[in-house]
Amino acid sequence: MNGKIQNLIRDITGKGAVSTDASVKGAIACEVEKTAFSQAARILKEAGFRLMAEWASDETFFGRGYAVYAAYNDGSDYLVIKSALPPGEPSFPTLTRHFQGAYRLERQIDSLFGLTPAGHPDLRPWIKHEDWPAEAYPLRKSFAASTAMPRVEREYKWAKASGEGVFEIPVGPVHAGIIEPGHFRFQAVGEDIINLETRLGYVHKGIEKRFESLSWDEAARLSGRVSGDSTVAHAVAFCMAAEEASGCVPTDRARYLRAVMIERERIANHLGDIGAICNDTAFAFLHYQFSILREKVLRTNLRIFGHRLMMDRVVLGGVSADITGEGVAAVLAELNEVSGEFERLVRIYEDSPSLEDRVFGTGVLTPEAANALGVVGFVARSSGQKLDARLQNPFPPYDRFVPRVPLLRSGDVHARAWVRIEEVRDSFRLVKEMLGELPGGPLASEWVRPLPEQSGFSVVEGWRGEIVYWVQCAPDRGINRCMVRDPSSMNWLALEQAVRGNIVPDFPLCNKSFNQSYSGHDL
Amino acid sequence: MTKDIYPILIESLQVVTVLVASPLLVGWIRVLKCWSQGRSSAGVFQPFRDISKLFIKETVLAENASWIFRATPYIVFGATVMAGAIIPVISVDLPLSATADIIALVALFAIARFFLALAGMDIGTAFGGMGSSREMMVSSLAEPAMLMSIFTVSLVNSSTSLSQMALVLTSNPIVLRPSLAFALLAFVLIALAENGRIPVDNPATHLELTMIHEAMILEYSGRHLALLEWANMMKLFLFAAIGIACFFPWGIALKDNIGMLPAAFILLAFKLALIGVFIVVAETVLAKMRIFRVPEFLGSAFLFATLGMLSYFILE
Repeated sequence: MNGKIQNLIRDITGKGAVSTDASVKGAIACEVEKTAFSQAARILKEAGFRLMAEWASDETFFGRGYAVYAAYNDGSDYLVIKSALPPGEPSFPTLTRHFQGAYRLERQIDSLFGLTPAGHPDLRPWIKHEDWPAEAYPLRKSFAASTAMPRVEREYKWAKASGEGVFEIPVGPVHAGIIEPGHFRFQAVGEDIINLETRLGYVHKGIEKRFESLSWDEAARLSGRVSGDSTVAHAVAFCMAAEEASGCVPTDRARYLRAVMIERERIANHLGDIGAICNDTAFAFLHYQFSILREKVLRTNLRIFGHRLMMDRVVLGGVSADITGEGVAAVLAELNEVSGEFERLVRIYEDSPSLEDRVFGTGVLTPEAANALGVVGFVARSSGQKLDARLQNPFPPYDRFVPRVPLLRSGDVHARAWVRIEEVRDSFRLVKEMLGELPGGPLASEWVRPLPEQSGFSVVEGWRGEIVYWVQCAPDRGINRCMVRDPSSMNWLALEQAVRGNIVPDFPLCNKSFNQSYSGHDL
Repeated sequence: MTKDIYPILIESLQVVTVLVASPLLVGWIRVLKCWSQGRSSAGVFQPFRDISKLFIKETVLAENASWIFRATPYIVFGATVMAGAIIPVISVDLPLSATADIIALVALFAIARFFLALAGMDIGTAFGGMGSSREMMVSSLAEPAMLMSIFTVSLVNSSTSLSQMALVLTSNPIVLRPSLAFALLAFVLIALAENGRIPVDNPATHLELTMIHEAMILEYSGRHLALLEWANMMKLFLFAAIGIACFFPWGIALKDNIGMLPAAFILLAFKLALIGVFIVVAETVLAKMRIFRVPEFLGSAFLFATLGMLSYFILE
């Protein structure tokens, strides 16, 4: 712990001595009075920290009431502030005054836990739709997951715009393409968007609740299904949180293979995304060409790791799939072929003025807005925010093979496409270098369950951005609470800001350039 | 006796050609498109399968659909077939061609579009209304440019009847005329816009918010949709046919010359195939433009047409 953090903790707790909560592993944690919860946010905001996640936990089984947590980050410092809520007082001070990103996280806590963020400007339900009974709080321990819910007739209150020529366009939740469900409501004048309100939660599956009834091994498999396109990164994030809590250290070879799989997942998804962005401008040629490249990568995954998306290849303590010498050669051969082809396609992207005309200046997320909303991942990096968990919180081998993180400031569709292009290039390099120095040894170390009340915090840079997990061990050494924060939870709000002032027919293009996960957000 | 029946035969043959060849042209374009993207295609006959599938399917109507919504597919289909009867496709010897000139032809397409736009708004969904308003924006710019471009050809051939224009052009020796070159350029831009091709509209998209033509017909199903899809394919075919008749009519069967028909068919197929290649190349190298670029696009079409007309008076 450095001096800066010590001073901050003194400021936050108001005590002379630096006292931290040792039960939280993977980040520096300290507990404050409920009243100081938002005070801490103000102090940290002034110190340049950003809010990463905010969540609650039902700690009844430890003989306490509820607790709220907020995680902050600045550079490589990760700080978790915890406040216990006395039983009978289900409310806590809101952080929205200091961090806009807390807006939906707190609505979520309010909806699913029934803990009210006092002072929050908008307490409409979030994720839990109004046709649930208002008093049903699924994440409370007193709520049995098997409870059958009656359907209630109530309506969601949308933001309204009025004026001459203002009209509303409701889109979704079921869309024409093969994508996940989400409802978008535009207020528009002519073709100009004056406001967009998204409403999500249509794929709420109760994943966080489900974690609590699973064994650790099953939970690792579940984490790989939070957001299917990001299965490796989610599984690594969960396993790292669990390993932090238990003190289990994965083997070197496992860490390298995890990193290789994360990078291959990044390559495959970015390839698909760059093509999809082109497709939304009706430039179908690049779409199909990039799809072919993505398919090649996935087929190699199937051959080497036994699964196209590498699902369930990350397990507690290590990995379950090894790579042989032949496998390494096959991956390197594939990389050579794919990267050559990739460069050719990027040149076509650069040399097509009609395509550039669509992507430049469209859907701009300004660096100021990106900073205020606390966005993460490639969305942040294309709006001037230098955030990448591989640099800030590197797990081996990222400490040796340092990613070259691209940074753009224009924040438009092109920036989000170009950051992906640069990341694909860098991931090609990282995979090559890591495979070149792959250490030997066993695939996994022995997994031991954490001790009761121990919790682990982890941050992993998936292809979409920073994935945060916090997992807390129950008295019976099962899972008491597993908090999942997909990058989408922070970035969905940014989409609403980015499309404002654009024209309606450009929305699909903007949306594709963000390509956020519905499943990872709705949980 | 044969002399009397001959024009009627030609006319019937022409309508059948339009009905059958238009899905083939669309099928050919889709096949080329698949090839250009490295995909295997469903074959040139896929549009026939699509249409016959739609005819079998149930037609679902919105509860608040008025007679306009129900009548529009038939009006659009009827107007398009009518247009197909007056454009010389295989022979200039069309009895119906005398009943309507190029201005009436543009009006026929306008009737179809007028009802389509009304039908788009009839159901009251946001997408239909958006599609109609965009379609009107495009057509209000495309129609004058289209007339301007065709008038240039009329000036050259001293007629507004398409049959007559084609006839004059084929019977005179080939001369390179700058006025026709400008008119052709304008016509190509307009035809792309009128038929909802890239870069103006994307016929293959599923993104409702970006659609123009597709947004208007989003609520149609079953036989209604089949008729509209078919009419749309015919429209593409007919624009190709107008282009051929105005600019490349050589090879078309002349009056009272039934012996020229087989050669006319072969040449027509060849010209259409080339047009298909042109469309696919254009759609492969171009992205769809932002909707507010369309006025500039059609504005330049109008400019080319005007230049064509001016150069006729100045140079010819």
